[in-house]
Amino acid sequence: MTSPRPPVPAAAIAAAADVRRAPAGPRRALPGVPRTLLIGGSAGSIEALGVLLPLLPADLALACAIVIHLPADQPSLLTEVFAPRLRFDVAEARDKEALRPGCLRFAPPGYHLLIERDGCLAFDLDAPVHFSRPSIDALFASGATALGADAIGVLLSGANEDGAAGLEAIARAGGLALVQDPAQSRIATMPAAGLARLARAGLEPAAVLGAAALGHYLAALGAITATDSTPPEPARTGVQR
Amino acid sequence: MKLPVVKLPAPNPPLVLSGADDFIYPEDDFDIELHLLIEAIYRKYSHDFRNYSPASLRRRVRQAMLALDCATVSRLQERVLHEPDCFPRLLQTLTIPVSEMFRDPVYFMAFRRNVVPLLRTWPSIKLWVAGCSTGEEVYSLAIVLKEEGLLDRAILYATDINPASLQRAEAGIYALDSIKLFTANYRAAGGREDFASYYTAAYDAARLDPALRRGITFADHSLATDSVFSETHYISCRNVLIYFNRQLQDRALGLFRDSLVHRGFLGLGAKETVQFTALAPAFDSFDATARIFRRT
Repeated sequence: MTSPRPPVPAAAIAAAADVRRAPAGPRRALPGVPRTLLIGGSAGSIEALGVLLPLLPADLALACAIVIHLPADQPSLLTEVFAPRLRFDVAEARDKEALRPGCLRFAPPGYHLLIERDGCLAFDLDAPVHFSRPSIDALFASGATALGADAIGVLLSGANEDGAAGLEAIARAGGLALVQDPAQSRIATMPAAGLARLARAGLEPAAVLGAAALGHYLAALGAITATDSTPPEPARTGVQR
Repeated sequence: MKLPVVKLPAPNPPLVLSGADDFIYPEDDFDIELHLLIEAIYRKYSHDFRNYSPASLRRRVRQAMLALDCATVSRLQERVLHEPDCFPRLLQTLTIPVSEMFRDPVYFMAFRRNVVPLLRTWPSIKLWVAGCSTGEEVYSLAIVLKEEGLLDRAILYATDINPASLQRAEAGIYALDSIKLFTANYRAAGGREDFASYYTAAYDAARLDPALRRGITFADHSLATDSVFSETHYISCRNVLIYFNRQLQDRALGLFRDSLVHRGFLGLGAKETVQFTALAPAFDSFDATARIFRRT
């Protein structure tokens, strides 16, 4: 998995800058809780992560929590695979650990990973959702509640419908719903289900992109978030969105 | 590579209340009402969920709303306060029993190989399974103790806050479907006997050998509100602390510290640790993989 060089970062930054001009959602995370990437995927998603994650800058201003469907009865190798290839703090999530900008946490196999309002991670052993524990829906829905407009949901390749309802929750809470282009996903079912669910709810994804373009988009978003020390601009009426 | 045009999110459609879709409920209202519900439960039934992890509690209350056909948390609160049979049903959802015998075989293997030889050095031993749910774990420990010849000098306390779970634990009857998994776990945990010798099957249920129950005391005990009731040598509290916030985790770990004898053991869930808690200095790691700790 070699990561392509960013071809037109300026365009990606411009695209993400549009995001900044969009009105703030109904609620943002509590003070001190970082804007957070919530990434979910299943079959074919590790490949997408291998393209997407290395495009994120070392000084990423976003926190990142990731649910990938894996067998529950063996230890996850995600941390071992990605930590050496990424320049930020990569680890398996720990219960009640605080999310910080530049940290990337993987859900442990067999446990749901949830986000609390105070920006801490929490585990849960409740029933699987869509036969999956960890479940992307569980992460996304808790993230939507905890982070509001500061949640950025990314739904990647996968073979079931986990994550679709959660992505809707994120969009509804004013966060960004990003979807790997089904046509560019190894398995289209999961991203397609996410898009269909948004459409049914009358919501639109912020972007539907291939893995590399998603990486550039998120890198640009992270750069803007880093320099964004001012409070979010109030909604400007009459602005074409 | 051409970067695609990025669309911005459309304005959110108006919020619609619907029992069918658990995400459309306005989150802020939900949290206000959740707080009131938890307070109502505490004041009426003395069950204290005030320091449970909110994210998980939210999910469980949503499930209860669906199961009990309540469109809002306020409706659920009304039913909980005024319908006598409603609270036990809610409690069942709030304390979802998830257990299996010899769950995480590596834990029971470590208990048998590394802990039992040290437990042997005490003339009599007391074990406490805190948050025993429907009893699978305490019976698993009893089986290991029996095979190691320690059951006769052991007292086991199995405690939980859910009376329905305690009743099922005391009955020791499990679905026959689950026996296959229990048997596989038992073997993976180093079991040497024929697991079938520990139960009798009838219809679609398996009843554990009542002899296993002889040393076990099942009791109502809350880690949130009750205090230490006995000195113990081994405490097993697995996948209970993840449902607590930090404050309540510290309270529970404080009870364990106060209950355990010097060099007594504490077994936690596969993703739980005393590290990073206020009680970290009270415990050493004994088996890092199995998550067994030892009182300093």
